[in-house]
Amino acid sequence: MNILTGNDLKTGEVVWWDGQNWSLSVHDAVDVGDMGEQILAAEEAARRVNVPYALVASRTEEGVRPAHIKDRVRALGPTVRRDLAVPTASKTGWDWVI
Amino acid sequence: MYQYDQYDQAMVDARVEEFRDQAQRRLDGKLTEDQFKPLRLMNGLYLQLHAYMLRVAIPYGTLNSRQMTALGDIADKYDRGYGHFTTRQNLQYNWIKLEDAADILADLSKVEMHAIQTSGNCIRNISSDHFAGAAHDELIDPRPYAELLRQWSSFHPEFTYLPRKFKIAVIAAETDRAAMRLHDIGIQIVKNDAGEIGASFYVGGGMGRTPMIAPQIREFVPLDQLVTYAEACLRVYNRYGRRDNKYKARIKILVHEMGAEEYTRQVEEEFAHLLEQGVEPPLAELERIKPFFADPAFEDGPKSVDRSDPDFALWVDRNTVRHKHDSYVSAVISLKPVGGIPGDATGDQMRLMAKLAKQYSFDELRVMHTQNIVLPHVKIADLHALWTELEAADLGAPNLDTIEDIIACPGLDYCALANARSIPLAQRISENFAKNGRTEELGQLKLKISGCINACGHHHAGHIGILGVDKKGTENYQLSLGGSEAEDVSLAKITGPGFDEDGVIKAVETVTDVYLEAREDGERFLDTYRRIGMTPFKEALYD
Repeated sequence: MNILTGNDLKTGEVVWWDGQNWSLSVHDAVDVGDMGEQILAAEEAARRVNVPYALVASRTEEGVRPAHIKDRVRALGPTVRRDLAVPTASKTGWDWVI
Repeated sequence: MYQYDQYDQAMVDARVEEFRDQAQRRLDGKLTEDQFKPLRLMNGLYLQLHAYMLRVAIPYGTLNSRQMTALGDIADKYDRGYGHFTTRQNLQYNWIKLEDAADILADLSKVEMHAIQTSGNCIRNISSDHFAGAAHDELIDPRPYAELLRQWSSFHPEFTYLPRKFKIAVIAAETDRAAMRLHDIGIQIVKNDAGEIGASFYVGGGMGRTPMIAPQIREFVPLDQLVTYAEACLRVYNRYGRRDNKYKARIKILVHEMGAEEYTRQVEEEFAHLLEQGVEPPLAELERIKPFFADPAFEDGPKSVDRSDPDFALWVDRNTVRHKHDSYVSAVISLKPVGGIPGDATGDQMRLMAKLAKQYSFDELRVMHTQNIVLPHVKIADLHALWTELEAADLGAPNLDTIEDIIACPGLDYCALANARSIPLAQRISENFAKNGRTEELGQLKLKISGCINACGHHHAGHIGILGVDKKGTENYQLSLGGSEAEDVSLAKITGPGFDEDGVIKAVETVTDVYLEAREDGERFLDTYRRIGMTPFKEALYD
């Protein structure tokens, strides 16, 4: 599946496109198919997100899992500060990142 | 230490208000990200993996207790209760909100700090010897010259858009504690045969994807021409440095491709021209700066400590460094507790270090490029009291220059450029060696980890270096041996194929085994490596 991510303009928090809005949880991310570029352009212009981009992910039993480790670290938080993990994403174990 | 005059303060305050307006216009949608990005970067504000990151400049790594307290307060008020001291003697906050950024800069300005020129293709924070002004082996205190260069390079209109970022280090001892020859310009203050003090210039060093050791291009520049010579070096670079390829834009590539001889010839020509123009700051400015760095009022006192507590004695042996006054030492506060994150300090720890600096070190602290903190002037008589407070705050790790004193960049846990995580490796390696008890036996062993080829963790200069790479979407680590950033500078060589995380941790143990077996009396790891070469290590790792 193709999903979208970016950083919230005001707070810098990592956000994921849930079809209508930007969610803090990667597990809310929806498959945008080939509409990614169009949505990104509109959302960036609307100043709802900063530096957004599309990425490949898969849907697993634990939820949506980005293909690349960098995006999994973005989704969950620094692996070395588990106390700072993104709460809504933390239903996954830390092994999920690696 | 240096205190802002009205011009310094006015410049910084004006920049805060300018940025406040820029940030608001971005939030209001009047600026696009493409328009705003260069503006925020000029104020040290990056967008990293999880949030905005603010890099605060700490000129030549020197700060006072008021400033360190403010850094701790900002960590608590605007970030998540901690900050990260970097290999450029700066501090980074990892969780900044754009809407708070101008307020943070305003808070910094109140204590004579800022984030200007901590990013962008300009002259970055000037770095120096973290023991400057305290070292027993320095010729003079290099910091007045570092401060002069800071003033010259701040908002220098000609050097605001260089081909690439530019880093300068200034030292004044034969012992290089600032990785001087791995800078774009390394300046060593020296004495010539006539007994005059001047500066040697080394130009074109650096780490990153193309590591190079800077060649000396001028043996002796009179100190009253130091800024002029630096300007000549920059002018030639600004004119001929490549702007077509980011990866070939640093001055090291220019010096390498042009040849050090031809580069030097052009610098000398430009230097002669600039001498006629009279660009050197007036001597009165240097004389105004110098008293800020005058020695504090040292007092005679005990020259030794009571060693009956073995833990304290170990800390004294490992973490204190000889001072120019024999009743004092420089004490290193390790930010590398076993299993901890190298360079991280909480707001509480920063405020405690500030308090201890005020109490025991004439109100001064230094940030080391190795991500530790120095109290430069501590009475030997006060060491036990100091250590007791550090221990209680998890700041008393006795591991300076050991395998537990690891440099690690933020890596993939924080950095948008990284390919692999570096902090977990540092944590596991320090835990391993603390557990197996071999840290002491190994002696001086500098291990440095970078999460990508940009080499913020200085892996090229590690006795043991580790570089994280992306191997088909998974983390992989290259091991290298034999680097040094000190006066015996050398670049580490890769051992061979890379390892996964467990594999590279085992590989570090393997190379230390080879060292312990092969070393001769008094040899550090680096000495043994240089004597026996790479082969025995490769055989142990791959056969």
